[in-house]
Amino acid sequence: MAGVRALGSLSRLTTRRYTLFPARTHVNYEIKGDVAVVRMNDPNSRVNTLSTQMQREMTEVMDEIWGNNAVQSVVLISSKPGSFIAGADLNMIQACTTAEEVTGLSQEGQRMFEKVEKSPKPIVAAINGSCLGGGLEFAISCQYRIATKSKKTVLGCPEVMLGLLPGAGGTQRLPKMLGLPSAFDMILTGRSIRPDKAKKMGLVHQLVDTLGPGLKSPEERTIEYLEEVAVEAARGLAKKQIPLTKEKGLMQKIQDYVMSYPFVRQQIYNTVQNKVMKQTKGLYPAPLKIIECVKAGVEQGPTAGYLAESQHFGKLAMTPESKALIGLYHGQVTCKKNRFRTPEKDAKTLAILGAGLMGAGIAQVSVDKGFHTILKDTTLEGLSRGEQQVYKGLNDKTKKKSITSFERDSFLSNLTGQLDYNGFNKADMIIEAVFEDLSIKHKVLKEVEAVIPPHCIFATNTSALPIKDIAAVSKRPEKVIGMHYFSPVDKMQLLEIITTDKTSKDTTASAVAVGLKQGKVIIVVGDGPGFYTTRCLAPMLAEAVRVLQEGVDPKKLDGLTTGFGFPVGAATLADEVGIDVAAHVAEDLGKAFGSRFGGGNVEVLKTMVEKGFKGRKSGKGCYIYQPGLKRRDVNTEALEILESYKLTPNAAVSSDSDIQYRLVSRFVNEAVLCLQEGILASPVEGDIGAVFGLGFPPCLGGPFRFVDSFGADKLVEKMRKFEEVFGNQFTPCQLLLDHAKDPSKKFHK
Amino acid sequence: MASMLLTSLRSSPLTSVQAAQFAARSLGTSVHLQAQAKSKKTLAKPGVKNIVLVDGVRTPFLQSGTIYADLMPHDLARAALQGLLNRTGLPKDAVDYIVYGTVIQEVKTSNVAREAALGAGFSDKTPAHTVTMACISSNQAMTTAVGLIAAGQCDAVVAGGVEFMSDVPIRHSRRMRKTMLSLNKAKTLGARLSLLGSIRLAHLAPELPAVAEFSTAETMGHSADRLAAAFGVSRLEQDEFALRSHTLAKKAQDSGLLSDVISFKVPGKDIVSKDNGIRPSTMEQMAKLKPAFIKPHGTVTAANSSFLTDGASAVLIMSEEKALAMGYKPKAYLRDFVYVSQDPKDQLLLGPTYATPKVLEKSGLTLNDIDVFEFHEAFAGQIMANLKAMESDWFAQTYMGRKTKVGAPPMEKFNSWGGSLSLGHPFAATGCRLVTTVAHRLQKEGGQYGLVAACAAGGQGHAMVIEAYPQ
Repeated sequence: MAGVRALGSLSRLTTRRYTLFPARTHVNYEIKGDVAVVRMNDPNSRVNTLSTQMQREMTEVMDEIWGNNAVQSVVLISSKPGSFIAGADLNMIQACTTAEEVTGLSQEGQRMFEKVEKSPKPIVAAINGSCLGGGLEFAISCQYRIATKSKKTVLGCPEVMLGLLPGAGGTQRLPKMLGLPSAFDMILTGRSIRPDKAKKMGLVHQLVDTLGPGLKSPEERTIEYLEEVAVEAARGLAKKQIPLTKEKGLMQKIQDYVMSYPFVRQQIYNTVQNKVMKQTKGLYPAPLKIIECVKAGVEQGPTAGYLAESQHFGKLAMTPESKALIGLYHGQVTCKKNRFRTPEKDAKTLAILGAGLMGAGIAQVSVDKGFHTILKDTTLEGLSRGEQQVYKGLNDKTKKKSITSFERDSFLSNLTGQLDYNGFNKADMIIEAVFEDLSIKHKVLKEVEAVIPPHCIFATNTSALPIKDIAAVSKRPEKVIGMHYFSPVDKMQLLEIITTDKTSKDTTASAVAVGLKQGKVIIVVGDGPGFYTTRCLAPMLAEAVRVLQEGVDPKKLDGLTTGFGFPVGAATLADEVGIDVAAHVAEDLGKAFGSRFGGGNVEVLKTMVEKGFKGRKSGKGCYIYQPGLKRRDVNTEALEILESYKLTPNAAVSSDSDIQYRLVSRFVNEAVLCLQEGILASPVEGDIGAVFGLGFPPCLGGPFRFVDSFGADKLVEKMRKFEEVFGNQFTPCQLLLDHAKDPSKKFHK
Repeated sequence: MASMLLTSLRSSPLTSVQAAQFAARSLGTSVHLQAQAKSKKTLAKPGVKNIVLVDGVRTPFLQSGTIYADLMPHDLARAALQGLLNRTGLPKDAVDYIVYGTVIQEVKTSNVAREAALGAGFSDKTPAHTVTMACISSNQAMTTAVGLIAAGQCDAVVAGGVEFMSDVPIRHSRRMRKTMLSLNKAKTLGARLSLLGSIRLAHLAPELPAVAEFSTAETMGHSADRLAAAFGVSRLEQDEFALRSHTLAKKAQDSGLLSDVISFKVPGKDIVSKDNGIRPSTMEQMAKLKPAFIKPHGTVTAANSSFLTDGASAVLIMSEEKALAMGYKPKAYLRDFVYVSQDPKDQLLLGPTYATPKVLEKSGLTLNDIDVFEFHEAFAGQIMANLKAMESDWFAQTYMGRKTKVGAPPMEKFNSWGGSLSLGHPFAATGCRLVTTVAHRLQKEGGQYGLVAACAAGGQGHAMVIEAYPQ
């Protein structure tokens, strides 16, 4: 007893002594008996990051703890409710100008975590909230990990998504801890791992439940509880009551045995390498470097492994791919904020008109966010199909265990399917997703305006019809706005919001607020034919049709586009969008913009539609789609149509690379023109819209970043060459020319 | 200020009522000596029928799988009903209605109330229905009876509850059931054979009834452990409370206080006349147990949880006039009651915390007016968490929308004859035990008001105020 009391007074003394030092702001610690509890809390941010300051203070604190004989073990915990450590500080990496500097950062991290790993006093990482990137690397260098089962607790190494690799020991420790297959899966996909899975994989040792209301707020008490459990575990570890190595299961033993053969490991490296090459077309350097680092560590030992890791990390940080991906990351964060003020009235009840693919998709992403959602169609069959789509979407989530069947049911209780306008008098926002036909849209708008309350917003989901034309028949045009969702709504992150001159600020703010709640990344653009996204896509598709007419096989065309980094080939994309939609849009925009939107013959598309080749939805387009079959054959009948419209290719502009740039330069030029004309508010939104809505190559970071990195002058040069052959479709816009003339002009700083 | 004004407003019309009541029953109440002045002399209301508990009995509560193992649920219910008839000498045809509670239903006797009533020799002209509301099923049976009497539809109702955990319905898997049902409809041998051929080994795996919440898939013990942690209830506190429950139950049993227990001759076995789950242990013994639900750091163990129990209970509820007319001396008045419900995940077992202030407010009493508390003890951790919640202003303000806490009951008035942890907890039979115990304790200890409170699966709860019948 006396001993305990003495320890207690000692800890009181020590804590008092340290308060005399210049106060640490990010890391502090408290000694509980023989356990030091280290708490992280970045006062300037919502999440903890491994910033320079955090690292410095952490090193100081750990040195003090290692030097304190009263401490037998350590608990590492964050005081923030939703974040353990969300990763390294990106600004720290971006501030570096050379690969060597970044390598230096990596080595510093490696050294720090090596000390942690070799700590004579066991360290327990108590994880609640995001434990990502550098945070995960910190955690896995600790001796023991306890995580809460909170929905916010995720573990993962998302570095690859930023074109980087886990640069502080992640590529070395994870393979040892999880085995090659799981480690590769985690590092190469960057996927977030939920606590239950982490426990199963052996990434964490113990799980702690989240707590409900008690004598403190659930979040606060859960962290306290986690700390209590972690302190007990730390004591157990120090007293060797809790073993550090788990008895290996039979499967594990077998796996280890198999892995002990070099040729088995070689086989794994090859398989992974092939898979990566197939998926990235070699356009992303990070995954390949990750494989090299893991291989170096496993085959040549830790010294080579850690060296490879830090060097590759440095090099990757300097690649344009990484810069593009980091740019997208920042852009995405920007587009997840409402740059308009908070709407006067919170929208609670949505009414969606049309239970088609889009309407039902919008309903699906609304009901699970707590919107009371009315889904209206004109026929019972249509409504039934739509409601089934919503059910299926949620039920699939249940099957994947991301929601419980009970949550599914309670989400579905937010959905009301109906054929009439009953209850529309209580709607806060109408999202109209009926057929893309101006007269139908007008009819619906008039009908709806007769039954909705004055504050209710009328949002129209259209991909090409100008909003002001739709709003022309409205009694209250300030409440009319465009909300362009992308199909499939539950998968595509982008929402393009279109405002007219008459749309009020509050209407815009409200539409953005609804979209954000639906989980969307949002760009707000001006009104005009095709707005932003459709307008950029149309010239590229027109060019794709011309390329097809010139006799290029759809498969070849797909190969060329995916080879440039588009996730979906141009021919496949046309099938996905729908040939009828493409024809419709091409015709409309052709009328609006004239010959600049020419290229392929619209008649090709029209003839295809006449024959019923409307793309995937009709089973035939450029390809033939058979249910249950993954393999797709080229639709020979479509080829016959192309044959009848055959154009003779001009050899000067028909190399593979030329075709790629013909497609991309028209896209990019139109995007820049949108910025020039004020359709786009900023290049950031342009990049986000192109990447998240249209699949512009993420490794290029979007059309604007592409111009910056590729060089406006070089692009103009290419376009001039095409212009000579094809005319004004390739005439660079003024803004692009300005950038070509003055290389210091960049869209992104 | 506003609240003071409200209270005075609320109490002013009542004073005249009380005066009238007092005059009417001055002989009855004046002999009763009270330790302290009550907020109200009685809870009788003008124009509202007084409803009384004539008597209540229960079979001994036995750990499941012991002596009752070969019975069926209605056998236990029958024993309780017969015991009630014996105890009260009630003519069978005087009963207007029977309501019984049950949780895990035996599919053969889904209206167990009716089967038990017929078996117990009640008139086949007496209707009976079964209710279910998890651990407060017999509370629901009793309040249903109160409702029937208050509405003037009945004068004498038997309410009760039965739970039989020694045998529970274990089903074939859904796939297997589907095949078997199709087999009934198959017309040709070929069709039958092809159906039989479709049976896979996995289809034979049985489905056990889960003691888990349907909505959250969390078992109650797991939820209790989280609740205890949320309120910072330590393992030691829980073990101490469990030990207290067993010690008090043992004392009550030994000194013959558990007079609601009837003897029951189990066919083929001996006569049972005592609960068999009361086992006072030592703190050291209890400390050795490993956590039962949350491993390795949980605090809820087998020793500080209620155990699976078989048992049945029954009470006779009547309008006061009818009881007096039949020459009964009622034991207590059944007064105001409430049902509450909350989040079934994080507040699953907080029913008493929500129900207690609500029922007190309804009856115009304060916690200090209550002489006897009987709370259902699902888990020691759950009771301690409820006591802490009731003691917390922050909780009252943040989660219950109340200005202040209601306060925790003083332990000397709390479950002083043991509770569900020690006596056992046959889910649907516990409610009647609580009410009868309050009546008996009020008689024995000389108090006027008693409070019953209980939590139940689904995040529901119940509380009732009981007033001693003037002696």
